[in-house]
Amino acid sequence: MTTLVGSDLDAAERDVEPTKAPRRGSSHRPGEKPFGVGRIIAFAVLALLALGWLLPFLWAVDTAFKTETDAASAPSWIPSEGFTTQAFEAILSQGNVPTWAFNSLITSVAITLITLVISSLAAYAFSRLEFAGRRWLFVLIIASIIVPPQVLMIPLYYEMLTFRMVDTYWGLILPQVVIPAMVFILKKFFDNVPIELEEAARMDGANRLRVFWSVVLPLSRPILASVAIFVFITAWNNFLWPFLVINDTSLMTLPIGLQTVISAYGVQYAQLMAQAVLAALPLVVVFLIFQRQVIKGVATSGFGGQ
Amino acid sequence: MTATTAAQGDRSVALAGVAGHDAAASRSGRRRRDNLVGWGFVAPFLVFFVLFLIWPILFGIYLSFTDQSLAGTGGNLVGFANYAEALSDPIMWRSFGNTVWFTVVSTVPLVLIALIMALLVDQGLPGQWLWRLSFFMPFLLASTVASQIWVWIYNPQLGIANAVIGALGMEPVAWLQDADTALYAIIVQTVWWTIGFNFLLYLAALQNIPPQHYEAASIDGAGKWRQLWSITLPQLGPTTVLIVILQILASLKLFDQVYQMLGGVSSPTTRSVVLYIFESGFTGYRFGYSAAISYVFFAIIIIISVAQYPITRRRRAS
Repeated sequence: MTTLVGSDLDAAERDVEPTKAPRRGSSHRPGEKPFGVGRIIAFAVLALLALGWLLPFLWAVDTAFKTETDAASAPSWIPSEGFTTQAFEAILSQGNVPTWAFNSLITSVAITLITLVISSLAAYAFSRLEFAGRRWLFVLIIASIIVPPQVLMIPLYYEMLTFRMVDTYWGLILPQVVIPAMVFILKKFFDNVPIELEEAARMDGANRLRVFWSVVLPLSRPILASVAIFVFITAWNNFLWPFLVINDTSLMTLPIGLQTVISAYGVQYAQLMAQAVLAALPLVVVFLIFQRQVIKGVATSGFGGQ
Repeated sequence: MTATTAAQGDRSVALAGVAGHDAAASRSGRRRRDNLVGWGFVAPFLVFFVLFLIWPILFGIYLSFTDQSLAGTGGNLVGFANYAEALSDPIMWRSFGNTVWFTVVSTVPLVLIALIMALLVDQGLPGQWLWRLSFFMPFLLASTVASQIWVWIYNPQLGIANAVIGALGMEPVAWLQDADTALYAIIVQTVWWTIGFNFLLYLAALQNIPPQHYEAASIDGAGKWRQLWSITLPQLGPTTVLIVILQILASLKLFDQVYQMLGGVSSPTTRSVVLYIFESGFTGYRFGYSAAISYVFFAIIIIISVAQYPITRRRRAS
């Protein structure tokens, strides 16, 4: 069979240059014709699925570039009045979208930074330091991964009322920095950082904080990037908590602001879609630039985060 | 890990001995300092952890035994009254039923289609970049954005959904307004929005299957389908278990899409548990009652999370 020859060649090639084919969406498997009927069918199914998944996006973008009159007439990809950026201009000049985007950015960056600092410090302690109560405290933190944020909404809101943090940046930011899963992920990474480097620094008289800062953190850049990307995306998109704790329009984040607009505008579909497109844009751009890191960040950090 | 820190401890004790200190005294002093350093590192996280996780959980349990209202009135202990009311509340049972139904119906396509996507993308066909973008991108959207896009698609007069089924000769449907179709319309949106995560987990698992397995099988004369059934799918077993469990836990927390796509209006056929918790607390003002439902819900989440442990462990062992 011809396939057998093909597979032999494939195997031979792998033997000669094992590093040449990093299995990214793996190349041909042995026993497979490069252009068989199977691959054509696979391609067709894949293309159909991708089209189905892209269509909602494309339709939203298409609508966003229409006039309101065209958006409010029978569905058509090509508008009779032509494409226009009117909807975007209207939103950016009169709406609250720039304010909300600013709030989203400030709070998401703050949440990401605070989460990184407090989680990595704690994770380092659990990985490297001996102290009384370490074991049970770690078990408690791991066990709390199970707690759904939805269960906390009533007591946490009540607490915010008591602290007078409703309708403040702090009320928005602080409850979102506690992500026990991140402590777990970082600890697992620190466990595998070779201890010899730290010992050398300790011999030179560096204290723990110094070792952590100038030896451990630089070695942990990949995992810190993963955690940061994941936390940032989660914070940027979070709905439930900001929705509860913020009523003041000028303090809303993008997801919350957009929700209020649905009921306010009612029928201005082009503007609605333009807002959706604008809100999605930053993450689309981040994804296009850092595709690999984003995928890794979500895959390694996503488990506990949901 | 414990071994390394112990070794490290030994070495520093040895160093201390070299320096000529009294061993016992330095050991207890060292222990006190170790405790101080350790808790010092943990302290910043711990403060937030206690304030915004531990305390609310405990306080919520207390609230669930009171008649506290959002307006600030009440606050008297009422024993198990809230729990008793919750367990005999038909709206709560209905919302649990809706949530479970949503979870069952959404999990099947969210796992199956994700698997098909990953298997196809893993074939190494041209256009890798585009496939990943199409399938994974929606997962990165805020729930509001995903909801708005689909509210527009489902618009009874102007939406593309009715245009498509109209072209197929079917009558238009009021997708979200019709009580019989609303939950299914939301399920379709959810599959579109969140499948990227499962797709990603499957793709990663596929790329971790050692190529030698396939080489050996093809030498034995196993064809493509045979390889799929006897190598690929069994190797994906643990991943599938993981995905199903994560998916169930995520789907049970249904709130955003329902609230957003129906504009905050809930109906008996679409109300989810979390939506009911929200409504009792924030529109019904009954914090105590709402807290009680939260803990019934929490208990179910705990049961599922604990029950999955032996299953996943057995899968991992085999």
